[in-house]
Order: sequence, then C-alpha cells, then structure tokens
Amino acid sequence: MTKRTIDVNYLARVEGEGSLYVKLDGDEISELEFGIFEPPRFFEAFLRGRHFTEVPDITSRICGICPIGYQTSSINAMEDACGVIVTPEIDALRRLIYCGEWIESHALHVYLLHAPDFLGYESAIHLAKDFPDEVQMGLRMKKAGNSIVDAVGGREIHPVNMKLGGFYRAPTRRELNALVPDLEWGLDAALRTANLVAGFTFPELERDYLFVAMRHEDEYPMARGRIASSAGLDITAHEYEDNFRESHVERSNALHSLTSDGLAYHVGPMARFNLNADLLTPQAAAAATRADLVPPITNPFRSIIVRAIEIVLAFEEALRIIDEYDPPQPPAVDIVPQAGTGFGTSEAPRGLLFHRYQIDAGGLIEEARIVPPTSQNQPTIEADLHDLISANLRLSDEDLTWQCEQAIRNYDPCISCATHFLDLRIHRG
Amino acid sequence: MTNPKLAVWKFASCDGCQLSLLDAEDELLAVAAAIEIANFPEASREVLPGPYQLSLVEGSITTPHDAERIQQVRDESEFLITIGACATAGGIQALRNWSDVAEFTRAVYATPAFIDTLDTSTAIADHVTVDFELPGCPISKQQLLEVINAFLHGRRPDIPGYSVCLECKRRGTTCVMVAAGTPCLGPVTQAGCGALCPAYDRGCYGCFGPAESANLESLVAEWSRLDVDKPTLIRALRTYNGYAPAFRVASEQLEDSR
Repeated sequence: MTKRTIDVNYLARVEGEGSLYVKLDGDEISELEFGIFEPPRFFEAFLRGRHFTEVPDITSRICGICPIGYQTSSINAMEDACGVIVTPEIDALRRLIYCGEWIESHALHVYLLHAPDFLGYESAIHLAKDFPDEVQMGLRMKKAGNSIVDAVGGREIHPVNMKLGGFYRAPTRRELNALVPDLEWGLDAALRTANLVAGFTFPELERDYLFVAMRHEDEYPMARGRIASSAGLDITAHEYEDNFRESHVERSNALHSLTSDGLAYHVGPMARFNLNADLLTPQAAAAATRADLVPPITNPFRSIIVRAIEIVLAFEEALRIIDEYDPPQPPAVDIVPQAGTGFGTSEAPRGLLFHRYQIDAGGLIEEARIVPPTSQNQPTIEADLHDLISANLRLSDEDLTWQCEQAIRNYDPCISCATHFLDLRIHRG
Repeated sequence: MTNPKLAVWKFASCDGCQLSLLDAEDELLAVAAAIEIANFPEASREVLPGPYQLSLVEGSITTPHDAERIQQVRDESEFLITIGACATAGGIQALRNWSDVAEFTRAVYATPAFIDTLDTSTAIADHVTVDFELPGCPISKQQLLEVINAFLHGRRPDIPGYSVCLECKRRGTTCVMVAAGTPCLGPVTQAGCGALCPAYDRGCYGCFGPAESANLESLVAEWSRLDVDKPTLIRALRTYNGYAPAFRVASEQLEDSR
C-alpha cells in the first residue's frame, strides 16, 4: 500500500498563519488537519474592564482587512444592549462604508489572492507580468472601495469615524460626490470582472452545504438583519448561541463552530447569494444570470464569481446611497449605558460575524464573545478538502497540494480573525 | 544589477500593516519592479531563499516559537524594519502584560492546555537589533513607501518625530481640546496619520505611539483639568501602544498613585 503526505507549512495568499497536513494510506485519508498557528491575542479577555464606547476601535484591530465588519457587529451589539435604534440616514451611511469594505476585500481576494490559482501563477505579481491590464483593473477597483472607507471612515485600515450611535462627523455631500466618477468606472470594471472570472475552469466538487447568512426584508444583507439558513432557520442575533456552538481542537488556536446538532455549516458570499439572490441589485442580478449563476451554488470554487457579483452589487449600492445622501443630523444618536447583554451580527466580507457583550450600568464590559466567519467555516473547509482529496488521489503531490490550497482560498480565510489558521502538508507516508 | 530582495514577516498582528503595501494600489507594481518580492506569503506562494536585503516585520512576540523565529529572521536580514504598533510597541495584545495570561487563556479557550503562549507581548526590538521602527496602528502607507524608497537610495527615511499637534495646525483643524474640551492624546502622539481624529471631531487616541520627548506629565494634568477620571486616563494610555515606554511609565505612575 502506498502512503503519502501533503504538508503545507505556511499557506500563502491568505490573511494570517495556517497550515494543512494530510496523511494518506493508499486511497484512505487517515489524517486531515487544518491548523491555525496564528498566535492567540486574547481580545475577548482584555475587552473586559474596557468602556463600551471603546469597542469599535479595539475590535477593529482584530483584522486589518475587515475592520468595518468588526466595528459594525460590535456597535450593533452595544446598541442592542442599550436599546438604541439609529436613524435611516445613519443606517444608509453604515451600509455605504460596508460597501467600501466589501469592494476592497473582494477585489483583493479575486485579483491578488485567488485568480492566480485558476490561471496557474504563484502570485498576482507574477500574473501581472502576463496580464498587466487585468491586475491593474483589480487594483483600481480595490482602490475605489478603499476610497469609500477613507471618505466615510477617515482612513482605509482601522477607520476612526465609526462610533456607538452613528458617526463622529457626517461626511459632506461634496466629499461623497467626489467619489462618483471612480465608482461609476468601478461598476463597469466589476461587470467586466464577473464576465472574466465566469470564464475560468472550475475543479469539480459539489457539496451538500448548510448555508447560513443574514437576511433582511429590504436589502441584500450587510450591516443589519436576521440570521437565516438553507434549512429554514430564521432567528435574531439573540438566538445565535442557542443554534451554534464553538469547540476547541488541539491542532488549532482557533475555535471551530458547528450547529447545535453538530453539523458543519457554510458562511460567506456563497451563503449570502444562495439565501438572498432575490434581493440582488439590478445589474448584479443581470451579471449573475449572464454568468449562469442559479442558486443554490454548491461548487465552492465558483465562489470567486459570487464575489465578483457582490462587487457589482456593492458599487451599485454605493452609487445609490450617495445619490440619495442626506447627511445625518446629528451624526450620532445619544447612547447611555444600561446594564445587560447585547447581541450583534453583520455580514463581513468572509461571512457572518457575531458579537456578544455584557456590560455594567457604567458601561464597563464584563464579558465579551466574538465568533468570526473563518472559525465558522473551518469544519466545512476540512470537509471540502476531504472530498476533494478522495476524488483526486491520482494527482501528483504537487498538483494535489495546489488544488487543496485553492480550495482553502475559496473561503478567503482570514486567519488573523479566526485566532482565537494555515501550513499545508499531504503525507503519503 | 539585480534588485534587492524584500521579505515580509508576520508575528502576532491583524495583517493591516502588511496590507498597507497591497493598499499602495498605484505604487505596488512599481515597487515590485524596483525590489524583488522574495518572501511575502500574504501575496505570493513563491518563497525565494534568503538572505534578504530588506525585511519588514509586522507583529509582536507572544509565543516561545516566535521568540526563536525572530532570531532566524534577523540572521537572514541585512536591514530590518518593524512596521506598526505591534512590532514597535507590542500592540493591543500587550494588554496581557498587566494581567494573568493563564486566566486570559481560560477565559477564551475551553482547553487552555492546547495553547502555548508567553506571558507577555513584546516589541521586536526587545528581542533583536532593529534598524528602523515605523510606528502606527496601522502604519501610513505613504510613510512605508518613504521608508522603502529611502532604503533603495541608501538614505535616512524622513519620518518626523514631532507630535500630532503640528499636523493639526498645518491642516487648519481647530484644537478639539482647547475649543471643545475634548480629551486628546495629540500633544504626546507621534505625527504620521495626518491628524485624522481631530478632523473628525474627536480626540486623538494615540495609535501612532509616543512622540519624541512627549510630555506625559503635562498631558495627564490637562486631562485631569477636563475632569477625566484616573481609570479613563489609564485606559486611554493603554491601547495600541500601551507598552511603549513613555505611555507605559505614565499609566503605571497613575495606577500607583491611586
């Protein structure tokens, strides 16, 4: 019987540090370990004793790629704890900055991190030697997304303008109108991107996923809504922990999430699309139809098309919000601390992001719990790899490793977030 | 002539500072033409062997394994620059330095025995010789490009050590502390962000760390005059650069005087 191992010590083109180890005895996978060795940073521990107004700035530091996700979920949780409901103008501005983060993060992933896998390049820098115009287009879209975060938030990474109740200062109409030409160009570029990635060759893998994503009656979900699943779940953030639980496995500094029935589930762009395709914006819906994207999408490699569709949607939404923009006056509603527990979620680029805080009457945090998208996806990523490897045993170690890495990157795993992730090793020993 | 080799290393961090390099959308391909990106796992699966003429180090040292790894990084690097508050001052995760890490581990993880971590989060310079430190949480991408440019031309980077106040004056922002009584860390915080927070009607929260010769004593007096209580002041000094010596000394003195 031949034995082999696939061993990737430091997975590239993901945000953070992770590894994969696979041991094969003939045609049997005897071990499959998807590890996160990103060192623990203990956010949930040191948040205790901090003041509730500090939480958007502090939790932003969990992830440099999706700070708006962390700021939004934490703000939603604190506003929930204190019984605050913000104005429609503030909600619109929150959706606008969230659009910026989706564009920036998705364009980074589609062009710089994932497209090289499909086209056989080591990196976007190698890719740029043969496809300079396409890579430049990706970078310029990313820049357009960042320009939204910058205009609303003050800077691209760890923006300073988000606060409990709203914003420190509402951007002026002039500041937002200045973005419009780049966003119009970006919308066109996103449509071209959707056509481009729909033409890629997708490895065969169909899986029967349980999809979980937010759902809001009026809009494709970003900063607000309930939690829904492909099995008919429809709950508020308050009921999240009754339906999903985290467990700690030895190989990983990240916690794994499963449903309360012990099932792996899938969060992120594919889950959002499959549960909310009826709420796509007009051009995003048309682009999805052109790309032959009919829900439910169950081949995880096609998630790159869904990301492109979500970039289209984010540009359309950003342009609409700016067109209708009415600066919130005042920029934030007052928030007074109330002893109790608050629950908040939002749809970070990589998927559902849950926060819970217990605060005292003075606003000091007594307990914090944060469940990032990547730790929710981790059992699903392992299950994908299991099926992928079983179906592709005839591949050489080099090709199998490449395909495993590509499959992991389907989830755009953000390891920095999940620690509390990747080195890939296939052992045919 | 071959281009110098660049390596980007990650320790405990949020990835935001190395993302600043990918966020230099207009300059990224030009940088890649002037310097060989030899080891940058967030961007490329290709890893070329060292030695590297320039290493950018993000993140702080929080595990026994990383304490060893930084020594290897130093050995392979001709010029080593730390990027960001984690690498330069220990980062937000240095809040553990004032706490019981075993209790922290129990608070977050069901099986604390699986976690191998140090009691402290410390700056890279506490472990190896650092050739230049670039502060910021996150760093400014313009300052990062300036540091890379200076390295390529063999000159000293032009990174000012003065405080945020000068940037506020230059930007024409009315002082939020004087005019609105908003507590602001701008007088003791190094410039580089462009005096962002006061331009958004809030006080600076110190994400670029202490400025050169920062007068913490005077700042503490001014904040106290604005009726900021001691626990709030200590928290304000203990964020992304809390373990930077000037901020650390000031917060510990406040704590001792309670």
